[in-house]
Amino acid sequence: MSTASLNRAFALLLWRDLVLALRRRTELLNPLLFFVLVTTLFPLGIGADPALLSAIAPGIIWVAALLAAMLSLDSVFRSDFEDGSLEQFLISAQPLSVLVLAKVVAHWLITGLPLLIVAPLLGLLLHLSGASIGALLLTLLLGTPVLSLIGAIGVALTVGLRRGGVILSLLVLPLYIPVLIFAADAVASSGAGLPITAHLSLLAALLVLALSLSPLATAAALKISLS
Amino acid sequence: MLRFFHQLGSPKHFYRIAGSWIPWLAAVCGLLMLYGLYQGMVVAPTDYQQGDSYRIMFIHVPSAWMSLFIYVVMAAAGAIGLIWHMKLAEVIAISSAPIGASFTFLALVTGSIWGKPMWGTWWVWDARLTSELILLFLYLGVMALYGAIDDKRTAARATAILAIVGVVNIPIIHYSVEWWNTLHQGPTVTKFGAPSIDIRMLIPLLVMAVAFKLFYLLVVLMRARVEVLERERNARWVRELVEAP
Amino acid sequence: MTAEVMDHGLEARGLGCVRNDRQLFADLSFCLCPGQALILEGRNGSGKTSLLRILCGMRQPDDGQLCWNGEDIFRLGPEYHAQIAYVGHRDGVKQDLTATENLRLARGLGAPNPAFGIDAALDQVELWEHADSLARNLSAGQQRRLALARLLVTWAKLWILDEPFTSLDSLGIGIVESLFANHLAGGGMLAVTSHHPVSLNDADIIRINLST
Repeated sequence: MSTASLNRAFALLLWRDLVLALRRRTELLNPLLFFVLVTTLFPLGIGADPALLSAIAPGIIWVAALLAAMLSLDSVFRSDFEDGSLEQFLISAQPLSVLVLAKVVAHWLITGLPLLIVAPLLGLLLHLSGASIGALLLTLLLGTPVLSLIGAIGVALTVGLRRGGVILSLLVLPLYIPVLIFAADAVASSGAGLPITAHLSLLAALLVLALSLSPLATAAALKISLS
Repeated sequence: MLRFFHQLGSPKHFYRIAGSWIPWLAAVCGLLMLYGLYQGMVVAPTDYQQGDSYRIMFIHVPSAWMSLFIYVVMAAAGAIGLIWHMKLAEVIAISSAPIGASFTFLALVTGSIWGKPMWGTWWVWDARLTSELILLFLYLGVMALYGAIDDKRTAARATAILAIVGVVNIPIIHYSVEWWNTLHQGPTVTKFGAPSIDIRMLIPLLVMAVAFKLFYLLVVLMRARVEVLERERNARWVRELVEAP
Repeated sequence: MTAEVMDHGLEARGLGCVRNDRQLFADLSFCLCPGQALILEGRNGSGKTSLLRILCGMRQPDDGQLCWNGEDIFRLGPEYHAQIAYVGHRDGVKQDLTATENLRLARGLGAPNPAFGIDAALDQVELWEHADSLARNLSAGQQRRLALARLLVTWAKLWILDEPFTSLDSLGIGIVESLFANHLAGGGMLAVTSHHPVSLNDADIIRINLST
C-alpha cells in the first residue's frame, strides 16, 4: 500500500472518531467531571489545611487523572467491537497498527486533552503554586498520551469480554506506575523550586517508547481478541 | 538432539517424558533444599549486624530471584507460542503464572518478616519490596486475564501478549520505583551492605537458588502435564491413557 | 485435489477448526476460481461463521492452509485484505454517521473502486435519497443494504458474506442478487452463508454442507 493511501486512511479514521465524539457531545464531559469530582473528594476526606493539600496535590491530581484515563478507555474499541466496525479494520487493506494509532490519537484528543483544561483549576483548589501548575500541565501533556497508548493494549485484550472493566484496571494500572511516579514528582519538585528537566525527559522517553511499541501490541491483541 | 526437541513438542511425548523426569527432579530438588537449609540455618555464621534474623535471606533472596526469572520465562514461552504456534510453549507459559505469583508472594512475606526487626515495622516502602508488590499485581493481571477468556487457546495467546508487554515494562517500573524511593525515603538500609559476602553464606544461598529453580521446573512440569491432559482430552492417546487399567 | 498450486483464486487445503474444545469441521478442501460462488450450508453452530472468518484471515485455522493465488493468506496480510470485502453478522455500520460518511470510510480503508463512486454505490442499493441521513434513522433493511453497498466502493475480487439477506425484503433480496450476478459475471468470487435459497441462475456454484 502506498504512503498516500496510508495517510488518507489515518486521517479518515481520526476524522471519523472526532465526528462521532462530537455527535455524542454529552458523553465527552463524563471523564472530565469524574476527574474534577475525584479530586474534590480528597479535601473533604482529609481536611482543608492548605499546607497539607498543596503537599499532596500532585499525587492526588495525577491519581485522579490516571483513573479518569482508565475509565474512559472502554470507549476506544467498545462501540466499534459491538457494531462490527472493528472486524472491518482488521481486514482493511491498511496495517492495523496504523489504524489503531489513529484511534488512540482521537481518543486522547477527546478524553486526554480536556484534562489539561481543568487541571489549572484543580491546582488552584488544592493550593498549588503557579510554577507547580505549569509543571502539572507539562506532565499532563506528556503523560496522558502514554496512558492512552498503554491503556489501548489493555482494552484490546479485554474487548471481547462481557465484564472486561475490572480486569482492565488490573491489567493497566500497574503499567501506569512509572508515569505516575515521574509526573507527580515533577510537580512536587517544581513546587520546591527544583529543576524538572530530568522528569520531563523521562516522560518524553516513555511517550516515544509507548508511541512506537503500543500500536503493534494493541494490533496483535485485537487480532487475538477477535479470532 | 533435534529429534528430541521435536518429540518434546508433541503433547503425547511431552506427557511421557515429563512424567519420567518428575521423580528424579523431586529427589534432587528435595536433597538440595535440605542441604541448603541446613547450611544456611546451622552452618553459616551469625551476622555481626543483624544477628540470626538475616537467615531468612536464604528463602527471601532466591524467591525474589525466582519471581523475576519466572516472569521472563513466562513471557519468552508466550512469545514462542505466539510466533511458532507451539502449543506446548503456551502451556508452559500459563502453567508458570501461578508459580511465579507464589514466589513473588513468598518474597513479599519473607521480606516483610525480615524487615520487622530491622525497621521496627512490618511494611516499609522500600524499593525492592515495592517492586515485588507491583510484580505481584502483574502476575495477578495475567492470571485474571487467562481466567476471564473462555476459549483457552485465545486466552493463552492474549496472556502471552500481556506477559510480553509486562516484561518490557518491568525494567521501567523497577527503575522508576528506585528513583521514587531515593527521593522520598533517603538512602535506606541496604540488605547487602558489605560488598563481599562470607563464602559460608554464599554457598547456601546459591544452593537454595538452584533448589528453587529445580522446584519451579518440577512444579511447572506437573502443572503442564495436567494442562496438556485437559487440552487434549478428546485426543485418542488421552482416552487410551485414562481407560488403561 | 491435485497437489499442484492454483494460480488464481482461493484454495483451501485440509482446513480444520476447533472452537471451545469442539471440532466444528475438519479436513475441508475446496477451490474457488474467478466467476464461482461458494455457498455454505449447515445447521446453526456447524461452523459457517467460523469458516467465513477464517476465509477473511481474521481467525487462524487450527489445521490446514488457505492460499490466495498460490500464497498463504496469513503471509499476504493486508495485501490479501485489499482483495476481499466482508459483511458479517454485525454489519459494521456506524449509527452516528451518515450513509455517505459510512461508505467514505469503507472506501478509504480498502482499495477504492474506480468504477464505483460513493453516490453510484448508494444508487445501486437504492439508498440515494438517504445519502445524508444518519444510519440510525434508517430501517434495519436499509442499514443492511448500506452495509452491502460497502462491497461496491472497494475494488474487491472476493466477497465474503454472512447471511446477507437478513432483514431484507423481497425487493432488497432482488437488488442484492443482481449485485452478486454482476460481480460473478465480471470474474469476481463469492463466499456466502444463507438460510434463504440464493438464486444465482446460471452461475458456477460450489456447495459445501458443514453439517454432514
